[in-house]
Amino acid sequence: MSITIEKINKAFGQFQALNDVSLDIPEGQLTALLGPSGSGKTTLLRIIAGLESSDTGRVLFGGDDVSKLHVRDRNIGFVFQHYALFRHLTVAENIAFGLESLPRKQRPSKQDIRQRVDKLLEMIQLPQLANRYPAQLSGGQKQRVALARALATQPRILLLDEPFGALDAKVRKDLRRWLRALHDEYHFTSIFVTHDQEEALELSDQVVVMSQGKVEQVDSPTELYARPDSRFVFDFLGHVNVLSGVVKGQKLTQGDAWVSLPGAKSDQEAQLYLRPHEVQLSRTANAHARLPLRIESISLIGSEVRIELQPQGWQSTELWETGMSHAEFASQNPARGELWYAVPNVGHLFFEDSHQPKTVDWHYQNAANASNM
Amino acid sequence: MSSSAQASAAPVRRFAGRSKRVLPGFGLSLGISLFFVSLVLLLPLTGLVVETAGMTWDQFWFTVTDPRVVESYKVTIWTALAASLFNGVFGLLLAWVLVRYEFPGKRLIDAVVDLPFALPTAVAGITLATLFAQNGWYGQFLDKLGIEVAFTPIGIVVAMAFTSIPFVVRTVQPVLEELSAADEEAAVSLGASDGRVFRKVIFPSLWPALVTGIALSFTRSLGEFGAIIFIAGNMPYVSEVTSLMIFIRLQEYDYAAASAIASMVLLASLILLFAINIWQARYLRRLEGR
Repeated sequence: MSITIEKINKAFGQFQALNDVSLDIPEGQLTALLGPSGSGKTTLLRIIAGLESSDTGRVLFGGDDVSKLHVRDRNIGFVFQHYALFRHLTVAENIAFGLESLPRKQRPSKQDIRQRVDKLLEMIQLPQLANRYPAQLSGGQKQRVALARALATQPRILLLDEPFGALDAKVRKDLRRWLRALHDEYHFTSIFVTHDQEEALELSDQVVVMSQGKVEQVDSPTELYARPDSRFVFDFLGHVNVLSGVVKGQKLTQGDAWVSLPGAKSDQEAQLYLRPHEVQLSRTANAHARLPLRIESISLIGSEVRIELQPQGWQSTELWETGMSHAEFASQNPARGELWYAVPNVGHLFFEDSHQPKTVDWHYQNAANASNM
Repeated sequence: MSSSAQASAAPVRRFAGRSKRVLPGFGLSLGISLFFVSLVLLLPLTGLVVETAGMTWDQFWFTVTDPRVVESYKVTIWTALAASLFNGVFGLLLAWVLVRYEFPGKRLIDAVVDLPFALPTAVAGITLATLFAQNGWYGQFLDKLGIEVAFTPIGIVVAMAFTSIPFVVRTVQPVLEELSAADEEAAVSLGASDGRVFRKVIFPSLWPALVTGIALSFTRSLGEFGAIIFIAGNMPYVSEVTSLMIFIRLQEYDYAAASAIASMVLLASLILLFAINIWQARYLRRLEGR
């Protein structure tokens, strides 16, 4: 069942939580609502669920306006960050709760309910815990039970509010993978809220990035990472290296650092955004960039060596960061305290007057020896 | 009180004497506490036992099974039961309103709940007797309906309910405040009706506190004296409560008999409190998964 959100506004007192939000959520996909706290993502989810009402605007499920419908009649499954299991009921009773809440005519027989519960316990891989109480379960188990409980009535839509937020890193990863597999098997339309970019990019088919009550960008994870629409999305999705300066003589300059920008107008301020993987390290500056940096720290753990660098003779609010393969690291042998030069391959340029970035590709310029960007 | 419900949620350190603690003085503070408990609780109790010990078993039995006294037990128990059950319903409602809704004067009502504790019970008794007398503000209307309150056992119920309602409100209120909104939202999102949410989700969490509140209200009512004697009419075999029987024995300078009857009240209260505590501990253990 697809979900359409039309011009939703919501204010809590003076605080505008949602500002004219419109959105299309396609059927059968797993969509992430991603944003920092206070961006309105949870409020939006709660409005879709019917746990909160919007000031203006409509919510449609598969074309039907459900804005006036009570939560209990929307046929949604909702999973809470802190599980919200009924602590005086056993795991099996928790899962059966939704089925037993059905009006008598639709309610399955006691036996059918037991069978459904057994099947769901099987699905969440916890059949041995049917008669335990929630307090006897670990966080990951609780969240699985909460999920089974939400799915018991076969809702048209599954909504998850920071479902992995209260779990530790290892369990979170397992559960994430498990949820993805479950989704691929059953194909319910799901929306989950998260502030974790990695989680959003890894788990979802579509990511909705929100900030200050507005939708910043809606895209697939790959598109979103490769082509962020705004400074905010850039900053929010992973680390980014920034050079802010002024264009002088077709170069973006700040202090001792510069990057060639063929064709750019002089005397305008601009910011160059570079992902860690778009930057390489070299012992010498080259013809299109001179970005002197001193190595601050080297982290060897992981599939790549991560190097943090401090600008030398110019400023950046955050340290620069880049990666290097272990093989390359072994041959180049960089050490802490050494002076190196960053060499960008591709960059994203924000001029002060434009919201959207321009992509600069120095590879292409080198190869074609061209001068137009 | 409900503190047992709350305290058991925190890990209990059983022997704190040796382990390193942030603040010193465990021995001293425990010593003072025990001394104080002995002074205000154990000493009078011992006095009671010593006084009763002067009687032979037959004398004791004769005193506590005197028909007039037995009748007073019955009156006391059923009126206390009625009063505490009434408080269970009404106190729950009051606590619910105070926790769940915002309305002007909420803080005033919240403060007024404690009034029965602050008010001298004799004052309460006189006031109630005046209000419910046949020509009183409430009494005149009830009289038309054929209901007599003052100077009947119903008057006893009214006095008991009045003096013990804070027990229910104050035990239920904190538990109600701590209930998570998410639980109710989860239940509603699963399609539960309002009634089902209350029965299946809210009430089971309130239940231990409510039972404790009702039990406290009940035991308090068992011993209530000041408020009752003004409104009860105190007719032998009809509207005499046990605490009045103790008072009557005292006036006859029969201290032993007074103590014997008092020990019966004490025994009933203690048994009830222990039973409630044991039941509650078992119920809570399940919720906390131990």
